[in-house]
Amino acid sequence: MTTTSTRTEQPRQDAEREVVLEARDVTKHFTVRGKKGSAVVRAVEGIDLELHRGEIVAMVGESGSGKTTVARLLSLYYPTTGGEILLEGKPVSHVTGRKALTYYGQVQLLFQDPFASLNALKPIRHILGRALKIHGKARGAKQVEQRIHELLTRVNLTPPEQYIDKYPHELSGGQRQRIVIARALAVEPRVMLGDEPISMLDVSIRLDVLNLLKKLRDEEGLALLYITHDIASARYIADRINVMYAGQMVEGGSSEEVIHDPQHPYTRLLLDSSPDPGRGLEGDQQSLFDEVGDLGEPPSLITPPKGCRFNPRCPFAMDICNEKEPEKVEVSPGHWAKCWLHQEGRADLLKQRNIQFGVPIETAAAEAGIDTVNAEDILDRTVALEGETTADLGPFQP
Amino acid sequence: MTRRDVGDVLLEVQDLSVDYLTLNGAVSAVSHASFTLRRGEILGLAGESGSGKSTLTTALLRLQRSPAVTVGGKVLYHGDDGTVTDLVPRTDKELLHLRWNKLAIVMQSAMDALNPVKRLGAQFVDVLRQHDPRMSEKAALERAGDLLALSGIPRDRVDSFPHEMSGGMRQRSLISLALACDPDLVVMDEPTTAVDVVMQRTIMSQVLRLQRELGFAIVFVTHDLSLLLELSDRLAIMYAGKVVEIGPSTELYHHPKHPYTKALRDSFPPLYAPLVEMRGIPGTAPDLMNLPDGCAFAPRCARAMDLCLTKRPELVQVSEKVDAACHLNDPQKEPVGAGPSDARSENGHAA
Repeated sequence: MTTTSTRTEQPRQDAEREVVLEARDVTKHFTVRGKKGSAVVRAVEGIDLELHRGEIVAMVGESGSGKTTVARLLSLYYPTTGGEILLEGKPVSHVTGRKALTYYGQVQLLFQDPFASLNALKPIRHILGRALKIHGKARGAKQVEQRIHELLTRVNLTPPEQYIDKYPHELSGGQRQRIVIARALAVEPRVMLGDEPISMLDVSIRLDVLNLLKKLRDEEGLALLYITHDIASARYIADRINVMYAGQMVEGGSSEEVIHDPQHPYTRLLLDSSPDPGRGLEGDQQSLFDEVGDLGEPPSLITPPKGCRFNPRCPFAMDICNEKEPEKVEVSPGHWAKCWLHQEGRADLLKQRNIQFGVPIETAAAEAGIDTVNAEDILDRTVALEGETTADLGPFQP
Repeated sequence: MTRRDVGDVLLEVQDLSVDYLTLNGAVSAVSHASFTLRRGEILGLAGESGSGKSTLTTALLRLQRSPAVTVGGKVLYHGDDGTVTDLVPRTDKELLHLRWNKLAIVMQSAMDALNPVKRLGAQFVDVLRQHDPRMSEKAALERAGDLLALSGIPRDRVDSFPHEMSGGMRQRSLISLALACDPDLVVMDEPTTAVDVVMQRTIMSQVLRLQRELGFAIVFVTHDLSLLLELSDRLAIMYAGKVVEIGPSTELYHHPKHPYTKALRDSFPPLYAPLVEMRGIPGTAPDLMNLPDGCAFAPRCARAMDLCLTKRPELVQVSEKVDAACHLNDPQKEPVGAGPSDARSENGHAA
């Protein structure tokens, strides 16, 4: 069995699959007001994204990289600051109320927390029936009932009779997330936007929910945007992976290419940070975590770094990186990255076995003006400071 | 094979049982947990939600609150001077000398564990002076800065409020706070679930560095088994309130002796290894109110036998360093796991 065995048709041919939902150069700025006046948070900048029929696209990145904002922009929860969103080639704009209903009939958002996204006071029959009725997908009690049964079967909650009269609190986390998926399916959408749909679930049932989403893709041609920071699950489920950093997309391509041949230093950082017992547990923990210093945190999006936003954390940063923003470079068909290493002909650096990310902690401390970070020294001082207090001991610590 | 050298026995847990008292009777959240922790050792504790991980760790430190009650067993703490103390019968007052000085905890949610209306420095001073009333405010603040620097936080952060820091920084300052009195044992209850993978890596490398320099033992609780495998010396797997397998991490990964350990291990999609269709563990965790007569995992177990439905397996030694509670390990039966590759593909289709 080889790597490609389950992925024979990978990457799916873009040309063959129609684009359902598209974002073109979408930008979102939030204005925040504080004591010192207002500031602009550049949460999402210049995102291009295509969701194809029957395809799962993953969006990975650290917290605060703008992943959720993209999902909310695509679901018209926020109006965009710039750029366009197109549903089946037609531009859509931020609308509310009944006008939004047609859009929501095509594009549905899956929330992260199935414990908070279902009405605790209503049975499953009501929760699913309401979505059907609002969108006019079923008329009359009998038809509604029948459709609910179908939905429950589609998300593998069988037999449906066993679940239809239950309340959310009677279901486990995985079952609730299936109800959330069934409710989204009730309106017969073409696109689902999953914002960390498995991160609140127990590990033992995550795979089943992922498999369900894969099944919906394969059997019903659903387009799914899968947002996560767990790059291993993104690889398992998605056909393509997009990597976001500080509000921008920095790399995109077929899942296997992005995982096995990352073309942006940030993607390498994400991959190197993810635990993977598969790469071997030989040796002690120190060797697995060794030389990991302070890997840093994403920059402020109010005053993002000039040039490439990753440059302050990048071990390969050159002068040009903090002057000009890199252009998109196509490395192989369908696989692109925005990084100066490609234009400067230094992309081989990304293939190194060990990349030293971040600053060793001593250096970081020295730069921050900390004179001593040697734990033993500090400990000695502790003992000195504590002095005779250790004499004041309880009955079982003579 | 142990991954590193560890020291003498620090904590001996014997038959520890914790019940939750409810109107419908007692629910046994942890039953007869036994294990030994050595100085400087990292013990990982894994299991699904509701398996009793957090109940066990709070009971270890005697931090459990009603309706949780420790109904049996011992937690023997071996002091560095050779004395042995059973923590279970001690009153809070008696435990005061051990808490934070010897036994510390890093709570799950950094946002809830820090006081939102006090500056970080004040929270450190509070702890330091509580445990050493003779320490001056100035010395304590100085020490707070040192402690923050330990986990790579600039010392001027003593003047910050928790909301002014990122989630990762808050979590790191909690770790610093736990180390304030140089404890022998630090219990970490899912310290990295609220942060992303990059921050998790930063935090874990710092914890390991501090652990190496200061020598404290760690009980690390999480449901992220892949992280635990990389991090811990030994692993304990919990299911329905019981420790079902315990042993060196590498052993449990390569040769799991309990089907649940194997299923849990195979629940994580690989990062680089060839992809195959994978399945989760079928069914749901049992209701602790009415556990089956036999093995609690039997209804979800692909290899359950008749015996499993009637007789509850005990945690017994099954190999040199591994204890497991599964009838499949009885001498006349075939063993549970082969190498990881066979086991993976087998699991993919067996369920």
